[in-house]
Amino acid sequence: MKTIHVETTINGDATEFLCAPDESLLDVLRDRLGLTGAKEGCGTGDCGACSVTVDGRLVCSCLMLGAEAQDAQIETIEGMADGETLHPLQRVFLEEAALQCGVCTPGILVAAKALLEKNPDPTDTEVRYWLAGNLCRCTGYDKIIKAVQTAAAEMRGA
Amino acid sequence: MALDSNPKQDFKIVGTRVPRPDGIDKVTGKAMYGADISAPGMLYGRILRSPHAHAKILSIDTSAAEQAPGVKAVVTSADFANPGDDYFRDIRDNCLAAGKALYDGHAIAAVAATSKSAAKAAIRLIKVEYEVLPHVTDVDAAMAPDAPIVQEGRALENVPKGMSQNVTTHVEFGHGDLDAGFAKADKIVERSFKTAATHQGYIEPQACMASLGADGRGEVWCCTQGQYMVRANCAEVLGIEASQLRVISSEIGGGFGGKTTTFIEPVALALSRKSGKPVKIVMTREEVLRATGPTVSTSMDVKIGMTKDGRITAAKADLRYQGGAFPNGTVEFGAQAAFAAYDLEAVQTLGWSVMTNRPKEVAYRAPGAPTAIYAVESVVDELCQDLGLDPLDVRIKNAARKGTLSAYGPTFDEIGLLATLEAAKAHPHYSAPLGPNQGRGLSCGFWFNFGGNTCVSLNLNDDGTVGVVEGNPDIGGSRASISMMAAEELDIPYDKVRTVIADTSSLGFNDVTDGSRVTFAVGLATIEAARAAKREMCSRVAKIWGLEEDAVTWEDGCVKPAGPNAGEHPPMSLAEIAAIANNTGGPIAGHHEVNADGAGVSFGVHLVDTEVDPETGATKILRYTIFQDAGKAVHPDYVEGQMQGGAVQGIGWALNEEYIYGEDGRLQNPGFLDYRVPVASDLPPIETVILEIPNPGHPYGVRGVGETPIVPPLAAIANAVSRAAGVRLTELPMSPPRLLKAITENA
Ligand code: FES
Ligand code: FES
Repeated sequence: MKTIHVETTINGDATEFLCAPDESLLDVLRDRLGLTGAKEGCGTGDCGACSVTVDGRLVCSCLMLGAEAQDAQIETIEGMADGETLHPLQRVFLEEAALQCGVCTPGILVAAKALLEKNPDPTDTEVRYWLAGNLCRCTGYDKIIKAVQTAAAEMRGA
Repeated sequence: MALDSNPKQDFKIVGTRVPRPDGIDKVTGKAMYGADISAPGMLYGRILRSPHAHAKILSIDTSAAEQAPGVKAVVTSADFANPGDDYFRDIRDNCLAAGKALYDGHAIAAVAATSKSAAKAAIRLIKVEYEVLPHVTDVDAAMAPDAPIVQEGRALENVPKGMSQNVTTHVEFGHGDLDAGFAKADKIVERSFKTAATHQGYIEPQACMASLGADGRGEVWCCTQGQYMVRANCAEVLGIEASQLRVISSEIGGGFGGKTTTFIEPVALALSRKSGKPVKIVMTREEVLRATGPTVSTSMDVKIGMTKDGRITAAKADLRYQGGAFPNGTVEFGAQAAFAAYDLEAVQTLGWSVMTNRPKEVAYRAPGAPTAIYAVESVVDELCQDLGLDPLDVRIKNAARKGTLSAYGPTFDEIGLLATLEAAKAHPHYSAPLGPNQGRGLSCGFWFNFGGNTCVSLNLNDDGTVGVVEGNPDIGGSRASISMMAAEELDIPYDKVRTVIADTSSLGFNDVTDGSRVTFAVGLATIEAARAAKREMCSRVAKIWGLEEDAVTWEDGCVKPAGPNAGEHPPMSLAEIAAIANNTGGPIAGHHEVNADGAGVSFGVHLVDTEVDPETGATKILRYTIFQDAGKAVHPDYVEGQMQGGAVQGIGWALNEEYIYGEDGRLQNPGFLDYRVPVASDLPPIETVILEIPNPGHPYGVRGVGETPIVPPLAAIANAVSRAAGVRLTELPMSPPRLLKAITENA
């Protein structure tokens, strides 16, 4: 199988990689580029641990081919903080203990950020439905929903 | 020097909500979990699994796979050693089948190759010749005298003769005269229950990287609840010495009991030994569900007698648990826990462990207890309904308390059951109005808790900071609570302490992170290690001041003269003492080794409102409140998190989660689409009420909190749904088709 040469932008940096035609974007990020923040919880689009945004759209990177990333703008958990300044979602997740083991956390943060970009003032139900694709087995979601709302309020300047 | 020996009451740091030390790495994607490591020259391992539920392995031909491009090693069980006892042989045979495939998904052989895709292609080239055997996956069917035998000759002597060889252990607990007790009852309810097997469902699949040389020296990096357990299992299975194997635990993406054993580490080591390269194995989700530990599935009978005014007169449970293809003993915990919440004159529980052609059962939070207590609490609820009694009043009336002879033997010390029941009664949730098709349910929950083998080292650094080295993987924020207890004891700020998890070569043996033991036992050892360091500091300062050791004392984070006779000396702080340690006798450290007991049992009560849709059989959780005794809540955020997370796992168990086997003995739902764990939109907020009844067995009064919360949801929800639907449900999960059927048949 011949590899494919792909040019893309990841967290604002121009990036090139080679990948097999059947290789997922998640495998490219993790195995070829060393960006292991996105996790593989299922590989079938059911857990959201591999969430990234591609051209602003939230996707499961396990369901997208690396080759499809040509010319795309990809954002991963590694690009969420600004240097040492955490994104409000990241900071509030820590302050409000919205993680236990933390393996779902990168995916949930990426997904929550995408939600707040579309809908800065969601109801609890909207947050719950938006995050329904992100499994967390540790927390029961309660503190996650609250933390997203605290961060949303802070980001609105409320 | 005087150090207090009574449980501490006033805290500066314990009980606050400080940031966790591993937090930033976990919100920025830097934290390294099992699958996040790689090494130069690393190979990828992949495992071939049995498509049959039960089959003799006639031959395995690996020659084509060995010749395939990129393949560097192929292993089978022939590459493993021959451990001396059954316990390790079972672990070995579960890692790679020897002679027989015992369940769908049982590992048969493995390859290591230069890429994931080469490894995946190569396992298809391994030719296995099977002779398919009859199989059994249901517990009652497996107990039948003519059932296919999963393994011969594994039953213990306590199993009566003439039973199926699949029955491997029998246990019995209780006291009092059952017949006399039932004779006194005004009402007796007897019911049979069934519960499906569920999976821990950790989001991070098992992953490891292993390296082993021909000289028997090796390293393993893996996500585990116990690096020392991995070392022991691997050393036995590979036939190498424990001292030569260093096991490093990665960050762990959930375990819940499911990562207290080994599946892939010995395989990766065998592949590495053969290939001479480091080998990484990461399980797929399908492999996790087919071949790592689910819970038992059960079949249970419960009979309870009660007087008109709600006093239980006698209680009996017969529990049959299947735990997969190897002997297992979880039913013992179920039989002990079943009636723990009650003060009973006559009680008996019988338990039977049964083998089937399913993956070997592994611990899942309070293993064995949720199902037994589900059956008991369902019958108590039905008696309350039949006799027109308030279910909380009945539990208060019969509640176990200090001095109660428990149904499983010990007499209880200080326990928090009554306090949690009374807190539930007083809570506005209990009196809130309900609408049509809605029902309220409640259940008590119980877990023994555990202490166990624990080692901690605490080192003073010359800048006045402190390092704590402990040996238990942090599955829910325990590094924070351990640092908090060290800081509390040493009277220094929390951020001056850093706690790290040692690898197996850096600290003495520690039991796995299980039994809700870490905050209790590692906390206790940390406090004792800090006290040892304080004694050493006192002795150093006494020497500097030219005094006897008992003429100085530790107070407010400083060593001070013990009284006016000791003379005038300005107090010396930890930082001052540490800074000059090299002039007073060398580095200062405290350590403590213990096999801790006194863990202190834990009780909780859950209250839930549900609404049932009579058209579809779907259940919605409307409101959920948890009351639990935490002893002392060291970090309340993470105590609440344990309570909420456990409850939601229990909600999944009650309503949706289920291992479904087809007629062919194959698992039909090995993925998160069909094995459906709760998602955010299924749930309401989970309210928590922490009670703090200090545990006399811990210097700060701490009790384990992690396991009890998964116990009550099964019955609490079953009771709520049964009341809402007007029909008693006796099978879990109460998935929409099952509930709809019950409603329709009842109409
Ligand atoms: S790994 Fe992509 S959704 Fe689970
Ligand atoms: S914090 Fe462990 S899965 Fe979410």
